[in-house]
Amino acid sequence: MSGQRILAALAIVLALVAPWVAYPVFLMTALCFALFACAFNLLLGYAGLMSFGHAMFFGMAGYFYGHVVKAWDLPPELGLVAGVLGAAALGLVTGALAIRRQGIYFAMITLAFAQMIYFFCVQAPFTGGEDGLQGIPRKALLGGLIPTKDDRVLYYVVLAIFLFGFVAIYRFIHSPFGQVLKAIRDNEQRALSLGYEADRYKLLAFVLSAALAGLAGATKAMVLQFATLTDVSAAMSGEVVLMALVGGLGTVVGPVVGAFIIVTMQNYLASFGEFVLVIQGAIFVVIVMAFRKGLVGELAEWWRARSASRRRPEPAD
Amino acid sequence: MAQVALGLVNGAFYAMLSLGLAVIFGMLNVINFTHGAQFMMGAFAAWLLLGMLDVPFWASLVLAPLIVGLFGVIIERLLLKRIYHLDHLYGFLLTFGMALIIEGLFQWKWGSSGAPYPAPITGGTDLGFMIMPTYRLFVVVAALVICLATWYGIERTRLGAYLRAATENPTLVRAFGINVPRLITLTYGLGVALAALAGVLAAPIQQVSALMGTNLVLVVFAVVVIGGMGSIMGSIVTGFGLGLIEGLTKVYYPPASNTVIFVVMALVLLVKPAGLFGQAK
Amino acid sequence: MADALLKVAGLQAWYGESHILHGVGFEVGRGELVTLLGRNGAGKTTTLKSVMGIVEKRAGSVTFEGRETVGHPSDEIARQGIGYCPEERGIFSSLNVEENLLLPPAVKAGGMSLAEIYQLFPNLWERRRSQGTKLSGGEQQMLAIGRILRTGATLLLLDEPTEGLAPVIVQRIGEIIRQLKGRGFTILLVEQNFHFAATVADRHYVMEDGKVVDMMVSADVQQNIGKLQAYLGV
Repeated sequence: MSGQRILAALAIVLALVAPWVAYPVFLMTALCFALFACAFNLLLGYAGLMSFGHAMFFGMAGYFYGHVVKAWDLPPELGLVAGVLGAAALGLVTGALAIRRQGIYFAMITLAFAQMIYFFCVQAPFTGGEDGLQGIPRKALLGGLIPTKDDRVLYYVVLAIFLFGFVAIYRFIHSPFGQVLKAIRDNEQRALSLGYEADRYKLLAFVLSAALAGLAGATKAMVLQFATLTDVSAAMSGEVVLMALVGGLGTVVGPVVGAFIIVTMQNYLASFGEFVLVIQGAIFVVIVMAFRKGLVGELAEWWRARSASRRRPEPAD
Repeated sequence: MAQVALGLVNGAFYAMLSLGLAVIFGMLNVINFTHGAQFMMGAFAAWLLLGMLDVPFWASLVLAPLIVGLFGVIIERLLLKRIYHLDHLYGFLLTFGMALIIEGLFQWKWGSSGAPYPAPITGGTDLGFMIMPTYRLFVVVAALVICLATWYGIERTRLGAYLRAATENPTLVRAFGINVPRLITLTYGLGVALAALAGVLAAPIQQVSALMGTNLVLVVFAVVVIGGMGSIMGSIVTGFGLGLIEGLTKVYYPPASNTVIFVVMALVLLVKPAGLFGQAK
Repeated sequence: MADALLKVAGLQAWYGESHILHGVGFEVGRGELVTLLGRNGAGKTTTLKSVMGIVEKRAGSVTFEGRETVGHPSDEIARQGIGYCPEERGIFSSLNVEENLLLPPAVKAGGMSLAEIYQLFPNLWERRRSQGTKLSGGEQQMLAIGRILRTGATLLLLDEPTEGLAPVIVQRIGEIIRQLKGRGFTILLVEQNFHFAATVADRHYVMEDGKVVDMMVSADVQQNIGKLQAYLGV
């Protein structure tokens, strides 16, 4: 489908010139959230598991990054690794327990675990409590080769990280592993009867999703140079759900679009204070009631309907 | 020992709220995330009724649930009933969105710091091992009465039988001539009214603030997972029980008191995923 | 038939994309006991469900006591005076036997009293406090039938009441059904067991592939056994 190829090429060009058109920090923040949303979508759109506590991976990874880079004074690469591994480990533990229930219970369990992590972060000394970890230094990458203090330079690093994560998800979805996961999502009984250990696959997807969310969170800490309680809050978990929903669950590009929309919206509506919550809530309601496929999903549907009606053969009279 | 008794007060709210959630979930198959916001609305209703119309606490105990319950009925008719045919997760998302809207509006109008509400009963009662604020004692007793009354209503009355049957097989119940959609709306309204009632009871204890519900409902979710939503009595016992455990933790290991319920949840998931009183699904 | 209690004409029904009924037509006179015979998948249960209004999509005409019911929700149809006993019996596990019996509300006057129902089914009286689903198959079937007798319904829809039951129980159910007919109930029965059907019914309709293909009076069944067997694939 050359239409898709053209769009992809356009996107890449846009991505490359973006930092000269928009504020690099804004772009980088959006990219981090886009990766976060993609990680979430991997779990919901392809494994059929809605985690309502994904902020715990995002936020904790940020704390891990900050601690490694600031308190232990290690290079940022190790900070990112720490973030990813820490999130993955957390994902393994919480996932193993959460997977024991399905559907809505699973969502509630993840939410509850995230709350637990939140409370832990409020009290634990290494997170800095209410103040969070501030002033995480921007250190150069690759032993000094990449000066990250320049926002534009850092942008390309973040873009690379995002693309890495995005491609990883894409490859995973289209791998045999991803196919099994989809089969499990669509009809678990069938998959079980065919001999697949559904729980193992689900857990793997969960850990992968957690690890990528961790990558996003650690990267965000690297860019914005702080990690706070907001990053592990239930509100953050809700926001990533909103991003994926707005963009389109189960589409590959949807979460990216959704993340950019929501981050942009937050920027512009920052002056409205609490009213942003009302707007976010209203978007949730409107989407659930009327636009469940999200922006990308509905567009894709509209496009498909249009091409189908164009191709419909003339009735033989 | 005093902490344990105070833990019972928390348990009272856990029980009332998880009961409402369980009843709504049983009939509608929807996890009512808005429950916390509706709890908060109950408290606010009492506060507003007092401030604007000089309505005393005891009248608010009746009025606030009615008002908020009516609001719940409107949400059900307008929004919830249109998505029953979808995956249950959408109900969760819809009620989450509604909670955001409601809490956002209340926060925007009244800020997030709390307002005090005067306790209708002052003074303390000597229980032998401690002097307990009489109002809190009243709350525990009232919650017990409310929970048991709800249990009785569901397990022992004709309307309750309709509810139980409709939870099992709504199509057949409708084929017997019972207006099941109306029953569903009523159930949601009752669950919401229960949350609002809890809110009124909470007003003199906590500050009446826009976020008082969210913090509570997240813990109540854990309570509900622990109890399993299979039985009414199970929800009640689990709620009070966890309040007690929380109280005990405050005595022996205070830093964990916030998280002990979640730890219990993790343990229950390991040992009996369906919940203590739940049926495997 | 002039005073047909139930008149079905051109009834079509769908489950999602599946078109199950393709224009079913039959009549049931007041006080009659009529059966729908046919093999599995012929559309008998779907017909009953369509009359009751619990099928997703229907078209055509179903008139009860002269009033059109297609397009009305099932609770309204029940309130006209139709009682439904589903194939799977539908006994509520969260209710005890007596609660099960008392569940369907009285929609019209003239229903049997609880005492009369216990007279008809003495073993239900003995087990009235037991959980509904703890009863044996036969007892559950009696409970399912007993439930709808209290409501004042004049037309009873019974879906395979003898399925999976021992011959002794089947006989008992046959007696009960004959008694009910004697009391003036109009009954539409779905059965695969046509020997049983022949002992209780006045007329039989045969269904195949979502249509009514034949009708015979009970008296003619013996002569046409071969034809019936062919229809039912026995």
